[in-house]
Amino acid sequence: MSRVGRRRLSVAGGLPPAMVPFAVLALLFLLLPVVGLVVRAPWRTLAAELTSPEALEALRLSLVCATLATVVCLLLGVPLAWVLARTRVPGRAVLRALVTVPLVLPPVVGGVALFTALGRRGIVGRWLDEWFGISLPFTTAAVVVAEAFVALPFLVISVEGALRAADRRLEEAAATLGADRWYIVRRVTLPMVAPGLAAGTVLCWARALGEFGATITFAGSFPGTTQTMPIHVYLTLQRDPPAAIALSLVLLVVSVAVLAGLRERWLGTAR
Amino acid sequence: MSAASLEPACRPLLLDADLDVRRGDFRLRMNLSVDAGEVVALLGPNGAGKTTALRALAGLLPIDDGYVRLGRTVLEDAAASIRLVPEHRRVGVVFQDYLLFPHLTARENVAFGLRARGVDRAAARARADEALERMGLAEHADKRPAALSGGQAQRVALARALVTEPRLMLLDEPLAALDAGTRLEVRADLRRRLAEFDGATVVVTHDAVDAFVLADRLVVVEDGHVVQTGTPSEVATRPVTAYVARLVGLNLYRGEAVDGTVTLAGGAVLVGAHHDNGRVLVAFRPSSVVLHRRRPDSSARNTWAARVVSLEQQGDTVRVALTGPLDAAADVTPLAVAELGLEPGAEVWAALKATETAVYPA
Repeated sequence: MSRVGRRRLSVAGGLPPAMVPFAVLALLFLLLPVVGLVVRAPWRTLAAELTSPEALEALRLSLVCATLATVVCLLLGVPLAWVLARTRVPGRAVLRALVTVPLVLPPVVGGVALFTALGRRGIVGRWLDEWFGISLPFTTAAVVVAEAFVALPFLVISVEGALRAADRRLEEAAATLGADRWYIVRRVTLPMVAPGLAAGTVLCWARALGEFGATITFAGSFPGTTQTMPIHVYLTLQRDPPAAIALSLVLLVVSVAVLAGLRERWLGTAR
Repeated sequence: MSAASLEPACRPLLLDADLDVRRGDFRLRMNLSVDAGEVVALLGPNGAGKTTALRALAGLLPIDDGYVRLGRTVLEDAAASIRLVPEHRRVGVVFQDYLLFPHLTARENVAFGLRARGVDRAAARARADEALERMGLAEHADKRPAALSGGQAQRVALARALVTEPRLMLLDEPLAALDAGTRLEVRADLRRRLAEFDGATVVVTHDAVDAFVLADRLVVVEDGHVVQTGTPSEVATRPVTAYVARLVGLNLYRGEAVDGTVTLAGGAVLVGAHHDNGRVLVAFRPSSVVLHRRRPDSSARNTWAARVVSLEQQGDTVRVALTGPLDAAADVTPLAVAELGLEPGAEVWAALKATETAVYPA
């Protein structure tokens, strides 16, 4: 687009000049902390900080748990998004509102809620313990559960929107060509919603990776089993601020790298 | 009735459908039979129920009553609660806008139906390439739909439907998405390809020219009902509704005939060339109407005083809308417009020879 065209567009956007400083302020507000991290990072001792066994352990645990939580969210969230987008179940509006509850719930409250449901005395956890001898809290599985609980809405909302926007007539075309439902889902619907699905997956993973409140409440902070990177960063900050900054930097780099990578692969080509 | 039904051995009745579909206030009731190798056009205004009929035949919309049979297969029978889902019908559909899968190449689009039916990848690919080759699209096989022109996309859609060897082809406004320039060419091409297809074909269109060029037989649908069926020439010369008359560009009136003299609903009288009696329709071409400044002293059996309502240039003639004892359209040359001083409000005399009228039972 030409420069003239762009300028005309910004005018058409109807932005009152008084808003511009606030927009700039907002941008600074978002970027400044990141800049702070980079500026204050202990660059000389960085390598040593990062390769400490505890840091590596926490990072590994974080990546594994966030990825597992994302897989759980995909397995559960895509079908739920499908139901919300494509069926006429009664009370669907209420259902959709309920799905977003973890979004507005303070994560710590989410953790407490998980306790009441899946804790050893919880309404379901009691039976898990009694029948299978499974006790979730304070295990790695609990980390995955807490992260999935918090991250699931991101995936559901994103996939549901994509499903709504997808042209269903293409699915009809596929049916007239002899495709059964599963074939249509695999070859037509999922490719159609791929950008939404990818975006939802990335958001979901990022949210899971950063999870703190629900995780520390429901899974605790045991190094090696439940102490994920955010928790490790928080605890490190109490005794060794420069190290915490270094660890934060790692988390930042990992998140941005994954986002960028996925964008190249999926989001970039899909549009 | 088409000549084919006289020779059932050569062209057996392939599609036999009795549709009754209700959707809210709208109800479609249609009897439709198509021979093998025959192309039938469903012609009608928007909202007449053409696409509803097509979707019902494809199995995308359940029928509330009636049946759909294709050869010896019952695709749907409401009374017997039989209903084959779309993927189990041997029906190929070319949708409006073609609905090619945007994420697949032309080749993958054409191969889709074969793969869905379990043909292995290599064989499906080979047959898709063959089908594209026949359509003259061999060099476009690796393109995505977004990179194809309208005419090319239409042929890919046609190839995609035909490659699965359907017994019934359904085309929904196959030319509507094309611009006027390519339309002519694609229409002729489509006609050739449909002629090669040995199954039954139903084309839905609201465009009279498309219907006349593509179809062996027309079924005119208005407001959920079949109002007329016949060969294109039958429909073109003897329209039975105002809609069809407008489509084919004829003046059409309803009236009561006594020995060839027809009294129209408004009281005007038209004289036909034959000795018809009873309730009839009278049709004549706008170009058959001759306009005069003064009352003509001619052999024309029908003359009447009229007032010009509007003038509209159509190609190299001018369509004159007249009102008076009967509303009619007349086609004259631009020169006549000047010589007669035609303009809205002008008083003229119209003349029409009895032999230029078609009078037929209503």
